[in-house]
Amino acid sequence: MMTIMRFFGPAAAAFTVAVGLAGPAAAIDIQELESPGGIDYWLVEEHSIPIVALEVEFGGGARLDPEDRLGIAEMVAGLLDEGAGELDALAFAKARDDLSARYSFSAGRDGIDVSARMLSEKLEPSVALLASALAEPRFDEEPVGRVRKQLLSNIAERSTDPNAIAGETWFGRAFPDHPYGRPASGTAETVAAIDVPDLEAAHDRLLTRSNATVGIVGDVTPAEADAMVDTLFAGLPEGEPLAEETAEGTPPPGVEVIELAKPQSVAIFGHKGLAREDDDFIPAYVLNYILGGGGFESRLMEEVREKRGLAYSVSTSMLPLDQAALYIGSVSTANARMGESLDVIRGEWKRLAEEGPTAEELEAAKKYLTGAFPLRFDSNAKIAGYLVFLQKEELGAGYIDTRNDMIEAVTLEDARRVARRLYAPDALSIVVVGQPEGV
Amino acid sequence: MRPTLTAARAAFAGLLAAAIAAPAARAEPPVTAFTLENGMEVVVIEDHRAPTVTQMVWYPVGAADEPWGKSGIAHFFEHLMFKGTDDLEPGEFSRTVAENGGQDNAFTSYDYTGYFQRVAADRLGLMMELEAERMQDLILNDEVVDTEREVILEERNQRYENDPGALLAEQMRAVLHLNHPYRVPVIGWRHEIEALTTQDAVEFYERYYAPDNAILIVAGDVTPDEVRRLAEEHYGPLEPSGRPPDARPENPPQRAARRVEYADPAVRQPYVVRDYVVPSWSAEDPGEAAALSVLDNVLGGGLTSMLAEELQIGQGVAISTGADYSAGREPGTFRLYAVPAPGVELDQLEEAMDAVLARLKEEGPDPELVERIKQNILAARIFQQDDQGQLAGMYGRGLATGQTVEDVQAWPGHVEDVTPEDVQAVAREWLRPERSVTGWLLREEAETAETDSEAG
Repeated sequence: MMTIMRFFGPAAAAFTVAVGLAGPAAAIDIQELESPGGIDYWLVEEHSIPIVALEVEFGGGARLDPEDRLGIAEMVAGLLDEGAGELDALAFAKARDDLSARYSFSAGRDGIDVSARMLSEKLEPSVALLASALAEPRFDEEPVGRVRKQLLSNIAERSTDPNAIAGETWFGRAFPDHPYGRPASGTAETVAAIDVPDLEAAHDRLLTRSNATVGIVGDVTPAEADAMVDTLFAGLPEGEPLAEETAEGTPPPGVEVIELAKPQSVAIFGHKGLAREDDDFIPAYVLNYILGGGGFESRLMEEVREKRGLAYSVSTSMLPLDQAALYIGSVSTANARMGESLDVIRGEWKRLAEEGPTAEELEAAKKYLTGAFPLRFDSNAKIAGYLVFLQKEELGAGYIDTRNDMIEAVTLEDARRVARRLYAPDALSIVVVGQPEGV
Repeated sequence: MRPTLTAARAAFAGLLAAAIAAPAARAEPPVTAFTLENGMEVVVIEDHRAPTVTQMVWYPVGAADEPWGKSGIAHFFEHLMFKGTDDLEPGEFSRTVAENGGQDNAFTSYDYTGYFQRVAADRLGLMMELEAERMQDLILNDEVVDTEREVILEERNQRYENDPGALLAEQMRAVLHLNHPYRVPVIGWRHEIEALTTQDAVEFYERYYAPDNAILIVAGDVTPDEVRRLAEEHYGPLEPSGRPPDARPENPPQRAARRVEYADPAVRQPYVVRDYVVPSWSAEDPGEAAALSVLDNVLGGGLTSMLAEELQIGQGVAISTGADYSAGREPGTFRLYAVPAPGVELDQLEEAMDAVLARLKEEGPDPELVERIKQNILAARIFQQDDQGQLAGMYGRGLATGQTVEDVQAWPGHVEDVTPEDVQAVAREWLRPERSVTGWLLREEAETAETDSEAG
């Protein structure tokens, strides 16, 4: 039965911290381990439910796609469970289903994510099967052809999807000379050109030990987790650690309109943001909650949706990619009123830059961000994802205990200063897809 | 994970299978149920791993209970529940949740409207106070209603007018359900949304929002005694209405197969989808719904399913296939879909899909496949214990559509009892052409409005 949610938007707080309330610090005991085979991983034991959640991120992802083979990371990810070792696609699926294991693979701008949930009573064979998928995908003709057609079909659909067009155009303008500016899903030409040798080379490049980050949560002991990790990575090459580079994102100020016959326009707006390591990142994170990340508590929701009924969805987020830092948002508004939406958004951007937040807004933001922290830790799967995040960003396991303090420590003066630094209304780079009026 | 097709997914996104995930009986969390004096049902699900709690209030009333000609009022009203009350300013509800480190949202379906918060366990009392307040003291006026109507229209734009697959699904549903209120979209037809008034909202509120029409689900780091104490304190004083939702109009016998073709210039990936009216869960025969759930996976559940194995791998005529059994109150819907490979016409694809269905009816399913599916349905329930929101949702959906706590807990047993013969029998009984509507999503060519079965 069809169901509609009231608020359809990004999770308000991607990273939150506990303070005051019984935080997760006492409940989450992170063990930082190294397997006998030399793989670093973090483990949280949780024995009350007989399941194990595993999260692995292989850094690089679509960013490593050759320019004439865009989409290859996505294609590799889509083929990992389509036959491995001795098992063709169908046999693999049967073997996985016999274990009731769940594996998912996805490729993004900066990495390939592997998520698995396994019954602890079937852990060993589930891990062995997953290891085989990672190390020895078959790339047989039938699944390669089928997955290619699926990707091409998606590309065709994206060509008339305003959200996809807006995103690709925005990033294309911001990164004319960097992989971030190219479509991670590829084009009809580049995906058609991918052959099996390409896939094998990409696989060797994309799934390496040296660029892997691992989190394990659930009904497993350190000894069992050691064995898990070594089995998982046994067949993977060491690889070269990825170079630490930064890209100069240069989103051009002003508005570009892409005409598309739809009754509602989609706009993406933004400019440069702050890197995760920047000393001002935490205050900026709090400011983002106030402007557009905080759902119904944000200024944009209040001004655009609640007061004026201009949109169902409007939001902003910090986007600290591995090699660039951005600050972007989006809004969907009927064509005739998109001009008004953008005016309101520009106005709020300027107001926050010039005046900073009010003391009440800052207090409310801190209360939410600190108080909601435990919500990040109420499932094994979520914790596993968070373990990978902490390792990738090199925040340390103790971050869980200190993060709340950092948020609490943001003063009104800090917030005002960082707002002046972060928000540049004249630099706003805007792409609108539809038939907007008054932009 | 193979890449899924966004159009197919978009069209079927939001279909909620009723109580499909079924667990092994061994490892269920403790569940306690009781009813307050004013008729409010309460279910407590304990999960003490983290100091958090999810509160859900389900009103077993939704789009299928709307007055004729006022489609969208249930969903519109759900939005209005976040406005001001006697004691709260507009927006203060969500602000209070946020200030207490909580997240909240709501949803509307055909058979129920639900409101929920996730928050630290020691804030549960406050959450109950807030929900109790808006259950009967909401303030509705033209100012809040008029602005929110604009928001709903933008939501319609975003989910429907901008999405050809959703528009096809909407047309199909109207045709599938000859007389039953499931035939209108939950969000409402545009022209009816535009005409909804404050008075419509007030009448809907007064008619349906009362403690004897409400189900409270609390999942997380709580005890039943604590929940009972808090529920009696905050919800206990509320007056019951004594009026459950009216019985709904039923469908007449389904005698004729129907077809819907929708061509849109924005379509880049045509596909075929077929919906059947089938039974939902019933107390008299819960095994039937269990068999239909298994059938769903036999036909469309991943690469080893019959449609995938035959149409994708075997013949290479499809690049995506699937099925979905979706059931709230009576009736349920059983869906099949297939997305063609390049160069394959929709009529050819539909024929191939029907051939697989005919083979299933004739020969029955592979017993190994059935066994594997059953094991996975049971395992899903174990995985589900990791997510208190999902647990709460499962009980809420069940109770809001006429089941008891015992029924929800008995579900895995019914799944375990399903045999290949049962699967064959429900396919033969219910997946008949006369009970169906078949939809084609087509690309409208700019030069000519006429389309035969040209796949874009």
